[in-house]
Amino acid sequence: MPGAASYAILFLGTLLEALVVVSAIKRKVLRKYFVLNLYMVLCLLVSWGRHYTLARDGFGSLNYRYFYFYTDALLTIVLYFSLISLYLSVFEEMKVGRYLRLGAVALLAGTSWFTYAIVSQSSHKILTYFAFELSQNLYFVGLVLTYVLWAAVLKMRQTPALLIQLVLSLGIYFSFFAACYALANLHPTLYSRVSVLFPVVGCLLPLSWAYAFWRVPNEARIAPARLAMAGVSR
Amino acid sequence: MIAAIVLCCSIIFFLQFFVPYCRSLIAASSNHVLSPEVQDVTGLTSPASGEDFHRVVQLLRLCPDRPEDRGEIRAIGVYFSMLNALKALTRSIAPAVRTWVERELGRCTYFAAVALDRRVAFSRDLLAQQIEA
Repeated sequence: MPGAASYAILFLGTLLEALVVVSAIKRKVLRKYFVLNLYMVLCLLVSWGRHYTLARDGFGSLNYRYFYFYTDALLTIVLYFSLISLYLSVFEEMKVGRYLRLGAVALLAGTSWFTYAIVSQSSHKILTYFAFELSQNLYFVGLVLTYVLWAAVLKMRQTPALLIQLVLSLGIYFSFFAACYALANLHPTLYSRVSVLFPVVGCLLPLSWAYAFWRVPNEARIAPARLAMAGVSR
Repeated sequence: MIAAIVLCCSIIFFLQFFVPYCRSLIAASSNHVLSPEVQDVTGLTSPASGEDFHRVVQLLRLCPDRPEDRGEIRAIGVYFSMLNALKALTRSIAPAVRTWVERELGRCTYFAAVALDRRVAFSRDLLAQQIEA
């Protein structure tokens, strides 16, 4: 059974997820960043569901494990679409929304196909393993896409500070998870140790988004080039 | 092999996101003018020096905690440690990088002083509310 610290982190994460939505409503940006907030609401529901399954079936039960991995895959897919919604915000003026949506769906389908191709060769528990592998692959795809988005944002003269903080915190989140999964793949024995970090890192995204929605003014704009390593002026 | 490449890429990407994220937090506070009290207490010069960072953070810890800025202060603390490591590495090989690092360390100190200023203002408001009640 998870200890008091695990429950405290789970509770803190849930609180922060709720805070993101409350902050977005307070700052009247709920509609503008709807998919991001939808992701946070889903996280809240999933946290509740996991807690319920854990209390009913126990930590080592198959029910809890299935619930955990399937909901994790679902959340990763919604997070992927949250990232795409940030793309849509950044490229709003270029009127390329339709192509971005099509590209996003095609990339998701491609990642799913690639995952299936790998899983079908190596496991008999295809569906469970597929959900687990798809999450891992989507974290890396998400990371690369966030990097491409950040590279595009860097080319812009002035960008809303809020959007910049949302993109960067998402990048930090994706890169941390991708690194953890890669480390676990390199040394499978490390997975149990690395997975201890997941709930802690899971708190970082709602924490940074809540901060961004709560504190960064809507009208604040930053020249992104100033934030890159090369931009040294104050 | 692929996992090793993914791990390396992830660490590089992480730094590529973490550094601008910290700089965006610092940039948001760079326009804040410190109150005379905080200027007196911290004794910050203009521009702020990285050497004062730990002293300002100690003062910050004396103030009542505000959960909303805890994560940011921690992130800047990590960024400060990374910059210090970079400063030590580039001490003799790249003087230009060292100048940049020192400027960044000073900006971290200024960020901590702004957080201190906000906490002092927050405590004052809290006290005023308690007196009114």
